Amino acid sequence: MSGQGSCFGVWRLPLVVVVTALLLWYALSATGIFLPSVFPPPARVATGFGEELRTGRLPHDIVVSLFRVGAGFGAAVVLGVPVGLLLAHRPRWRVAFSPAINFFRSLSPLAWIPFAILWFGIGDLPAIFLIFLSSIFPLILATMVAVDEIPSVYFRVAHEHGIGGWELARRVTFPAILPQLITALRVTAGVAWLVVVAAEMVAGRDGLGFAIMDARNGLRIDLVVVGMIVIGVIGVVIDRLITNLTRMPNVRWGYER
Amino acid sequence: MNDSPLQTVNLSRAFGIVEVLRGIDLQVARGEFVAVVGPSGCGKTTLLSLFSGYEQPTSGTVVRNGRVRTVFQRDGLFPWLTCADNIALGLRELSDAGERREHMRRLLGLINLNGFADRFPHQLSGGMRQLVELARALAGDTDILLMDEPFSALDYLLRLRMRGELVRLLHECPRTVVFVTHDIEEAAQLADRIIVLTERPGRIRTEVRLSAPRPRNPTDPAVVKAVHRILTEMGLESDPSGPDFAL
Repeated sequence: MSGQGSCFGVWRLPLVVVVTALLLWYALSATGIFLPSVFPPPARVATGFGEELRTGRLPHDIVVSLFRVGAGFGAAVVLGVPVGLLLAHRPRWRVAFSPAINFFRSLSPLAWIPFAILWFGIGDLPAIFLIFLSSIFPLILATMVAVDEIPSVYFRVAHEHGIGGWELARRVTFPAILPQLITALRVTAGVAWLVVVAAEMVAGRDGLGFAIMDARNGLRIDLVVVGMIVIGVIGVVIDRLITNLTRMPNVRWGYER
Repeated sequence: MNDSPLQTVNLSRAFGIVEVLRGIDLQVARGEFVAVVGPSGCGKTTLLSLFSGYEQPTSGTVVRNGRVRTVFQRDGLFPWLTCADNIALGLRELSDAGERREHMRRLLGLINLNGFADRFPHQLSGGMRQLVELARALAGDTDILLMDEPFSALDYLLRLRMRGELVRLLHECPRTVVFVTHDIEEAAQLADRIIVLTERPGRIRTEVRLSAPRPRNPTDPAVVKAVHRILTEMGLESDPSGPDFAL
């Protein structure tokens, strides 16, 4: 019904909400009910934002956080998807490993923080390690489930056309799970972006999570808000980018049926 | 006799303790169109899987002479490939790219879907999808065409049209056909021979031969007569005198 409508209509309504929220924020701080040190006014946050940009700290923190997510999440995809495919095709291995994978998936990655610091110290590595752990188990499971749901008729067709072995994985199994895989990537990338903030808060000397902790310790509550806004916006952008993958012509079928 | 492209001897298939097919003896002649009908769950689809070699019999043998392709009820096309790429799967064994292109053009023309080569299956209607699948199954030098209720997901009028299309395509590209359906009228309209299976475990209950030339109308007396015979055989029509052909 909607969706198709006018192109800018898609943007107009969310924009109205955002602008209203900003106005509300401005009005609330203008009343003076709250102390600026507890409830920073928009102007102060905007100044803080400019300051952070000028000193180059904010761009640096963004790059560092994105790098950690990219490394941890990338490693989880490169390892998790093939492992999921392998387990889906090896029933005995699957029986053997499924409980363990479920166990680790149910274990919050934040529970690993003590070990992350113990083993990797402070910096990039503990964050990458935690992001990797948060992503790989859901990805393995999602891949396995997606393979289960492939209609058997595809394998019959492949059999009749002499497609087998590695070619079967590349030309049938992988494209058949791709739409579901993209959905799984979207969810796990979202989680990875949540985890990097927590990881940097406790095991970082830079990054957006550390920036928030550091601002709080310096009683710069306006910079806390700057960090929050940047984290939220980047999270939305990551989600949009992955959602764009669903526009590829060879995966559209998975979303239109 | 040994030229038969498809022959089974005492073919049986069970899944665990569930016996699906029992003692099927069937010999299909080259170029023959055999329809298999029977109540649902009587093992029709299993029979095709055994014919194609996708499943192995529990006992008995299947002898195949030639290359087999199946047209499925639905979703037989890979949705991530365009129509042209789907049909190209059927041309894999042709090593020459020019020859493949030529075949592709001919097949798309044959099913009147030249303009749809770069469309994806989900962008086509159900009837068009079945035509593309049929084109893929006819591509290359295949000998035996297995069809697993290929038109049963379509509405009645479209089904009638598709039967006509199938007869036309088989006239252009003759094949030995085994056509599984629960639609007895469809079987009588298309087949040289109709095999009627019993309830599970499926055995051959009876065989009906039709010699009327194709294409046949659904109301062709030979078709009506065959339908009546089969329905009576299955205990679904009781009038023993049959329909009045004199009118």
